[in-house]
This record gives sequence, structure tokens and C-alpha cells, in this order.
Amino acid sequence: MKLMMTGQDDVSILPGTVLKGKWHGKHYQIIRKLGSGAQGTVYLAHADQRTVAVKVAKDRASLISEMNVLKEFNQLGADLLGPYLYDTDDWQEGGRLIAFSVMEYLRGTALNEALPTQSFDWIAVFLVQLLRHLQNLHRIGYAFGDLKPENLMLMDPGHHVRCLDFGGATRLGRSIREYTEFYDRGYWGLGTRKAEPGYDLFACGMIMLYAASGRRFEKSAHPEEQLLHICRTKPQLAPYREIVAGALTGRYTSADQMRRDLLSRLMERQNTVKAIRPKKKNRRSAKKDWAKAWMTASLLLGVYVIFVMIYIM
Amino acid sequence: MKKGNLKQILLITDGCSNQGEDPSAMAALAREQGITVNVIGILDHFDSEDSRGLMEVEDIARAGGGISQIVQTKQLAQTVQMVTKQAMTQTIKGVINQELQDILGETGTVEDLPPEKQGKVMEVIDELGETVDLNVCILVDTSASMKAKLPTVREALTDLSLSLSARMGSNQFCLYLFPGKRKPVHKVIGWTPNLENIEKTFAKIDTHGVTPTGPAIREAAKSFGMLSKRSMIFEDEAYDDGPR
Repeated sequence: MKLMMTGQDDVSILPGTVLKGKWHGKHYQIIRKLGSGAQGTVYLAHADQRTVAVKVAKDRASLISEMNVLKEFNQLGADLLGPYLYDTDDWQEGGRLIAFSVMEYLRGTALNEALPTQSFDWIAVFLVQLLRHLQNLHRIGYAFGDLKPENLMLMDPGHHVRCLDFGGATRLGRSIREYTEFYDRGYWGLGTRKAEPGYDLFACGMIMLYAASGRRFEKSAHPEEQLLHICRTKPQLAPYREIVAGALTGRYTSADQMRRDLLSRLMERQNTVKAIRPKKKNRRSAKKDWAKAWMTASLLLGVYVIFVMIYIM
Repeated sequence: MKKGNLKQILLITDGCSNQGEDPSAMAALAREQGITVNVIGILDHFDSEDSRGLMEVEDIARAGGGISQIVQTKQLAQTVQMVTKQAMTQTIKGVINQELQDILGETGTVEDLPPEKQGKVMEVIDELGETVDLNVCILVDTSASMKAKLPTVREALTDLSLSLSARMGSNQFCLYLFPGKRKPVHKVIGWTPNLENIEKTFAKIDTHGVTPTGPAIREAAKSFGMLSKRSMIFEDEAYDDGPR
């Protein structure tokens, strides 16, 4: 038996083809291919006057596992985490039974394609948004697993990111279902492949390194030093250095904590930029403020001491 | 289904056997004893010699009820863990299909269920894959042409250990190299829960010309007998003597 369990790997569906569900009897007319990856192919399709995304996986088991996760999100009302799941069915085609699922179509650009066109400031903002999604995901008991720019979508109107491919989503405490070496802490010798918040946060750190380097790089003989060196030397990373290093070395155990650090760093940085221009004046006024504060404090202390003395007597 | 353990042989090779019994026959024999044989073929360039190796890789896995995958040296680590995990899922699925057939008659397989029920079955399969105990006997071809690839093989095995140790179930590994010095196969690491310190093992290898894949699979299948005997006598110790 070859690697793929159901032999769906060579399925290619032409535009205009109608997929008829064996179980639920719904029809989906394929418009065009949206993209294909290691796990399967996603098509744009028409159904009941709306446009949907139809995913045909190479491996039935992995498709069904992913749909289990999406279904759970939908039930928990955690809709924003993933696309809404409309239908899962089988399509009988030429003696083969092809499993597919129908999801909400998220219009946008995959983050790996969008990154080169964005300024680095935006990347930090995307990460703040992503960390909010991850916090929600971890709270309901899942790690994202295969976190990488290819699985994140920069939505078309507005500037926000959403997670796209949940094939790697794994219950916390279990072993990560799918991963990509470059974003996997196990590959870099910096932790286990157990599903826990820190696993996703490591990938967040790697997304920052990827964005700063513009490419995936090879592992050297001393991976930890290699990553921290990149973290130290890339000028774009300078403001976020400790946060990224913290994510890579497992210092963060919650997405919320990393998000707050990143957010405060982003806000703080804007203040320092403003403060540079009126430098002299600022310093003088700061000194004045300080003296004023001292006076007030000693005055208050004096009043307090007198008050206490009077009270004792 | 009671919680059992899964037995796998993982064969890593780059070519054709040229000594001893037919490897496919030996793989079928292993399968008869409840052992799945998975094969990873490392082929960096395809020529006529390699395509013969490719055929053999597929034949052995088919006879051994396992999965085969041809890879380039670079992709080895990710492939090794993926093949092992997928073979586990496949075995569990096979058992579940068997039970379904007993209940539903001839046509009962997971694919014949509506998607909602398939989802439930997948959850059970995931759960079992996560918690079942796994025993893997790793069989590495160290014939002359493999020499340059051995550092990558070592890394891939460490990576496999890392992947599997993240599971909730327990793991046991043992490592055999073939050909051995005066025998077809040489046991270098006895049953042990992790493969973290295998650098030394690979440093000592001198590669040989012949490739006795068949006899090596037979010996690997025997190793599971030691495992069950050992687990009755001593619980946790790993012992390291050669095969008898």
C-alpha cells in the first residue's frame, strides 16, 4: 500500500464539474481552483446562490479530523477562529468515493504572499491579532499545530488575519498532528511535539524571524544559538527582540501574556518616537515636574506626621 | 476493543537486497505474526538500478501490510515520523473495519458510513493512536552506498523518538543494522523507551557490500519475541546483547 490511504491524491477537478453529495444530496458547481497544498486542494464553488470553498483532501482521515475540529468550534460559538463549516459529504466519481467538505469562503491573500508587500510594523500588528485568536483557541482546549504564514489569511477588506487550515489542530496534551519543520520547536531542538500553548508561540516567534529574513533558512549545528543570533542581529526585530527570544525559548506559556508584551512594546515605541523631537524642552520640563512632585510629597509627609503626632497626643 | 500494543518494523534502505531469503516473503511472515512492515527507500537520483530498488521497497511494504515511501535524504526526518504514525492509524483502522464487518456484514467499512458517523469513528481512531503502546524495531541498511546518508538517518531516528514521545501511550524502540560483521544483521540497541543517545552507535559502523534484507527482516521479527518475554521477566530494563 502506498502512503496515501484512500488514493485521492491525484484528484483534479475541472471548472464546471458538479459535485453531488452522496449523503446529503447537495450540489456544488466548481468555479475554479483556489489553491493546493500538501494536504489537499481547495476549490471555489457555487451552491444555492452563494459562493463557498470546497476542500478535497488527499487523505480522508485527515479531512475528517479537521472537520471534527471545525464542527466543535462552530458549536462552541468560536466561529471567528475558523471558517464556518456548511457540509461534509462523499462524491461518487468513476468508481471512487471522494470525501470533501464545504466551508465558508474567506476572501483574502495567504500571509506568505502578503508579507513581502507589507511594512514590518504591520507584521507586529498581525501577530498581535493572531495571538488573540490563539488565546481563544487555547482556552477551548486546542493548539493550532501547523502554524505558518501559508495557513494564515490576510482578509481582503480590512486589515486582519484569520487562521485558515485547521488540519494540525490538536487537543492540548496530545501529540501535534501535523507540523512544518521550519516552524516546529522539536526540529530546532527547543522543545517537545506535545500540543501546548508554548508550541504555537514558538511558531509565532519563527513567523517573526521568517518575516525579518524574508525566507526559510537551514538549520545549523547549534540551532538555538543560530535562532537567537538572527533575533539579535536583524534590525527590524530590534524593538521586539526579547519577546521573540522569549517565544523561541519557551518563556511564554500563554498567548495572552505574549500579546500583552507585544502590544505594550508597540504602544511604547510610538511614544519614544514622539519624544525625540522636542528633546530639550521635554527634559527641562521633566526636571521641573520632578521637583514639583518632591515638594508635594514632602509637604504631604509633613502634614501626615503632624497629624499622627496630634492624634497620639 | 481492548488496549493492546502495535508492532512495527521500520526498514530504511536505499536499494536491492542481494543475499539470503526473499525480503517480501519475510515481510509476509512478519505480518502473519501481527507485525506491520513499513519501508522507507532513500533514493536521491532515479536510474535503472534505483527503479529496481523502488519496486522492491513497494513489494516489501505491500507484503508486510505497511506503508512505503520513497524520499530524498533531505526529507527523511519528517517522512520517518509520518510513515510511522500513518501506519499506526492504518492498523487501528484495519482493526475497526474488521469489527464493523463483523457487525454490519461484508460491506461494512468506515467509508460506507455517513460523514457524521465517520467523524465519530475518526475520533476513536485518533484516541487509540494517541494512547496505544507502540513497539518499533528499526532496521537500517548500512551497505556501502548508504554510508553518506547515515548521519541523516541518525537524525531522523532521534526525531522519530521526539515525535512519538509526545504521545500519551508508551513507546519501545530497538535498532538493528544490516549487514553485520559475520552475520546478516547486528543488534545495536535493545528495547528501550527512547532513542536519544544513538550518536555513538552510528560512529562505529563500518559499511559492507552485501545487502541481506530478507534475513534482516526475519531477525527483526524475532526481536518482538524478546520483548514479550522480557516484559514478563523484568519490567523496565533494556538489555543489549546480540541476537541469538
